[in-house]
Amino acid sequence: MLSVTPDSMGTVTAPAGVIAAGFSPVADDSRAINGTVGDITAIDPRMTARHVNVYYGDKLAINNVSLDIGKNEVIAMIGPSGCGKSTFLRCLNRMNDTIDICRVEGEIRLDDQDIYDSGLDVVPLRAQVGMVFQKPNPFPKSIYDNVAYGPRIHGLTGSKSELDEIVEQSLLKAGLWDEVKDRLDEVGTGLSGGQQQRLCIARTIAVAPEVILMDEPCSALDPIATARVEELIDELREQYTIAIVTHSMQQAARVSQRTAYFHLGELVEVGKTDDIFTNPRHRLTEDYITGRFG
Amino acid sequence: MNKPAVEQMRTIDRVNATLKQRYNRECRFRRFGLGAVLLGLLFVGLMFLNIIGNGYSAFQQTRILLEIDYRAEVIDPTGARDPATLSSADYAALVKSSLRALFPAVQGRGEKRELYGMLSSGAFLELRRRVMADPGLIGTREQLWLPVDDDIDMLVKGYIDRRLPESERRLDNRVVAWVEQLESTGAIEKQFNLTFLTGGDSREPELAGIGGAVMGSLYTLIVTLLLSFPIGVAAAVYLEEFAPRNRWTDLVEVNINNLAAVPSIVFGLLGLAVFINFFGLPRSAPLVGGMVLTLMTLPTIIIASRAALKSVPPSIREAALGVGASRMQTVFHHVLPLAMPGMLTGTIIGMAQALGETAPLLMIGMVAFIVDIPGGALDPSTVLPVQIFLWADSPERAFMEKTSAAIMVLLGFLILMNVIAVILRKRFERRW
Amino acid sequence: MSNTLLILILLGLMVLAYWLGVRRSRRLVAGSGGVRALHSLPAYYGFFTALWCGLPALLVLFLWVSLQPGVIRDLVISDLPEMERALPPAQLGLVINDIQNLAQGNIVSAEVNPAMEQAAAHYQRLQQTGYAASVVVVLSLALAGLSLGWRLITPKFRARNRVESVVKWLLVGCSTIAIFTTLGIVLSVLFEAIRFFETVPITEFLFGLEWSPQMAIREDQVGSSGAFGVIPLFAGTLLIALIAMLVAVPIGLMSAIYLSEYAGAHFRAWAKPLLEILAGIPTVVYGFFAALTVAPFIRNNGAPLGLDVSSESALAAGLVMGIMIIPFISSLSDDVINAVPQTMRDASLGIGATHSETVRKVILPAALPGIVGGILLAVSRAIGETMIVVMAAGLSANLTANPLQSVTTVTVQIVTLLVGDQEFDSPKTLAAFALGLLLFLITLVLNVVALHVVRRYREAYE
Repeated sequence: MLSVTPDSMGTVTAPAGVIAAGFSPVADDSRAINGTVGDITAIDPRMTARHVNVYYGDKLAINNVSLDIGKNEVIAMIGPSGCGKSTFLRCLNRMNDTIDICRVEGEIRLDDQDIYDSGLDVVPLRAQVGMVFQKPNPFPKSIYDNVAYGPRIHGLTGSKSELDEIVEQSLLKAGLWDEVKDRLDEVGTGLSGGQQQRLCIARTIAVAPEVILMDEPCSALDPIATARVEELIDELREQYTIAIVTHSMQQAARVSQRTAYFHLGELVEVGKTDDIFTNPRHRLTEDYITGRFG
Repeated sequence: MNKPAVEQMRTIDRVNATLKQRYNRECRFRRFGLGAVLLGLLFVGLMFLNIIGNGYSAFQQTRILLEIDYRAEVIDPTGARDPATLSSADYAALVKSSLRALFPAVQGRGEKRELYGMLSSGAFLELRRRVMADPGLIGTREQLWLPVDDDIDMLVKGYIDRRLPESERRLDNRVVAWVEQLESTGAIEKQFNLTFLTGGDSREPELAGIGGAVMGSLYTLIVTLLLSFPIGVAAAVYLEEFAPRNRWTDLVEVNINNLAAVPSIVFGLLGLAVFINFFGLPRSAPLVGGMVLTLMTLPTIIIASRAALKSVPPSIREAALGVGASRMQTVFHHVLPLAMPGMLTGTIIGMAQALGETAPLLMIGMVAFIVDIPGGALDPSTVLPVQIFLWADSPERAFMEKTSAAIMVLLGFLILMNVIAVILRKRFERRW
Repeated sequence: MSNTLLILILLGLMVLAYWLGVRRSRRLVAGSGGVRALHSLPAYYGFFTALWCGLPALLVLFLWVSLQPGVIRDLVISDLPEMERALPPAQLGLVINDIQNLAQGNIVSAEVNPAMEQAAAHYQRLQQTGYAASVVVVLSLALAGLSLGWRLITPKFRARNRVESVVKWLLVGCSTIAIFTTLGIVLSVLFEAIRFFETVPITEFLFGLEWSPQMAIREDQVGSSGAFGVIPLFAGTLLIALIAMLVAVPIGLMSAIYLSEYAGAHFRAWAKPLLEILAGIPTVVYGFFAALTVAPFIRNNGAPLGLDVSSESALAAGLVMGIMIIPFISSLSDDVINAVPQTMRDASLGIGATHSETVRKVILPAALPGIVGGILLAVSRAIGETMIVVMAAGLSANLTANPLQSVTTVTVQIVTLLVGDQEFDSPKTLAAFALGLLLFLITLVLNVVALHVVRRYREAYE
């Protein structure tokens, strides 16, 4: 495993003026990997990303990001709007393929498989790396059909009873079973916002993925629903590897073990969540966490 | 509970197990889609090929070169140059004697009649026209190309197979031999068919033209444009800019949307019952046709105009109102000019629809056989699509060619209008 | 002098009134601060005067022109000899026609007798008097309006508001034309249809299994009394519409899916406009294509297979109608498919569905209401389509489900009944209006339902 030695603090504690002018691009050979402060590696990595660049047309959206996502951990990605955290997340199961002008460079591995290998098939990849989106997006079908969608298309079950079992287990894990068990044939879009988002989580875990990507899963929810989903994320950590993008630092602090701070397309700092929030090493991270911008 | 590790292994293996099958289905679906698009394009291509292949030859007409002797004793025995005498003279006799001179060997009544039949029965009209225009021709001789009968025309254009046995052919061997003789001397050839573009309708295919129908379409469209554009724009302005949201405007809107989908023939019934039977307007007149088509195209124009008005941002209105303009001034000084390109585009598309419309015009009597070229919106006339309908019913092979050619002209006009609409849209398209 | 000239004079007077109004408004405030002292711009005073001059006069002229022929006709009839006044209405109409033709110096159908000459002279006199009276009334009204408008002008007078409210009422008037059109359609077909149902019972019309609209022209003529059962027409219409839908729905829907989900930008930029050409081709061209190319093709290819194909088979008409409807279905489906939110696609793809699975299992079910609405609109269009069936379908009303046989449709019958010479009292002609009423009602229901479904669908995703 590569270990990263953070650069001397002198170069990164830029004066406030530099922030306004934009984060200065870092291309210094003296660094081990890039300008990131902190340890980008995980002890037992599930996914590893190295030197990832993402372009939208000619515009560079992600610049040279390297990051590990460890097994059974929740890693939070925070940063101001437009910093590229969602773009990076979408690279991890190649959802960016759906955007024509988007181009990805670098290397991202799931276990030992390069997921940008030309021979790789995105369908099983996405079955292994599931995704929950910002806005709850249940299909306009029944609750049951929403959850059963993944197992059905992937042919995971041989019989109706097996499928029933998966639906029930998934809804149980998503903490929604008790609320909907009597109305599984009602349309999913009829649920409340928080319930819809948990339904989407249930839909994702019904395929038994190994990694779950969550793109601001609570941004459209009220505080109570948010608390419920956060609880759920914590419970899911025992079985799954979770990467969550969030706009809220409190949420990152509550649910994650590691936190990565993105700024203008670059990964500025990574570290244990406690360390990042109590003792940020990079000036930008500190300014963000202390609320000077964001 | 399942053991997570086992579960995970199972998932990916199971996914991989059915993957090939799923990709086959994906591929099949994609091919279906591509096939559907290609099939649609094939239909477009087939129709155009079919029509152009059938119709291009109608822009040429076979003519025979004859030496005409304008004998004074036939045309004007008295020498008074009286127009009445000149117009009623027996020009056909001049044509016949020229033909006989070309084929001196032809004897016997039947044979002669067959010889005369080679030329169009209206060929002598050309002589009359020339003499009426210039009486000085009388007593002189000149070389003149005269149109042949439609069967000969078909033979020269290759639609009648010369190798077929005589009994299965429309023309007998003698006529074919005459044509071949003329071909060898170069006295018969295909020339540009001006009559087709400028002439009125006729029972004789070689004399029939779309001139009358084009003029009828023109008058009808002018009436339609003059009525539908101001009314459509006014209605759109009211509905978009002034109308309160209430039951009445809802009713108007439902009506407009519904009228856009009412079968066109029903508008024809309306025209027949209201304009012709109730108001007593003349049948077959472009005025009535234009009124019926106005009612038909109004929904299109209103819907397009409203969309154009909607695309003008409210900030423009606020700016004008802010300096103290009345709402009416705001709309007429600022909003309407900005929305005009969109409205014009919609109007052109509506006009293109009106130009191609046939069914309602059948109801108001624009199907009559009309030889004269109409001179105004009240003269009985027909329009281009109805002319196509009438000719399509005629049994002669030559009319099939004319029909296809008339369709080519109609499609040409439609393509032109649509191109103008597209250019207008591209040119004035604004992104706010 | 004709009405056109009168209208031109009126327009001239309006221009004059405009000029007078502008001048008066300027004069009134010439000493007291100029135009600023006026409530409105001088042009509005001009418009105001012009409107007073033109509007009432034009209105009266319009009424006069539409009422005069009827009044004169009644007057002429009342002056006719007793014997002719007692004629039945149809023949009386002929007599009046002759009198009119005589008065205008046209060819007359009947022999001219002294009574008719007298009536013609009377007719001519009345017309001249009427015309002269209309000129006097209209012009004096215009002048009176001009002077009234001119007098009303004062510096405080709110000319702009008046002019604007007139313009607004004009706009309102234009917007109601849609309602009057609908009303006109309903009334015109309804009245004639009611007259038809007086001779043929409505139950016989709606449930009769036979259609042969030959009526005996004279009472004593041998021949059928005509059968007016609409069922075979409807069966034929539906058969052809069904064939058209079987062609159009799969091709239209699949090409919409392919163009919006799979095709590259370049291919789409070419293929879409080319496909839409089909929508711009006039129906008479499709009719020609169906009758002279497709129908013979089907018949010639059916014969070797041992199929007895009619030369006016429902298949040919339906097939070509389907081609016509392809772009209709495809552009409606395209709209509807694009309205399905991207998040829905993401959800399905994010779970590992293939593209076609996403389309078939998520997008199509989500878009289904919109697509159904579009198909309903297309059915309504197929039912109301006229030219293709007039040219390619038959005239005989066969009650059959065999697409190789000839059937006839509602629109074909309307056209055959109404094109050519018609007498307005024969059930044959009136039957066309009854068919028109039925056609209008059916398409109306289809349209209203379809528009409702489509709107509900759009609202769901906005």
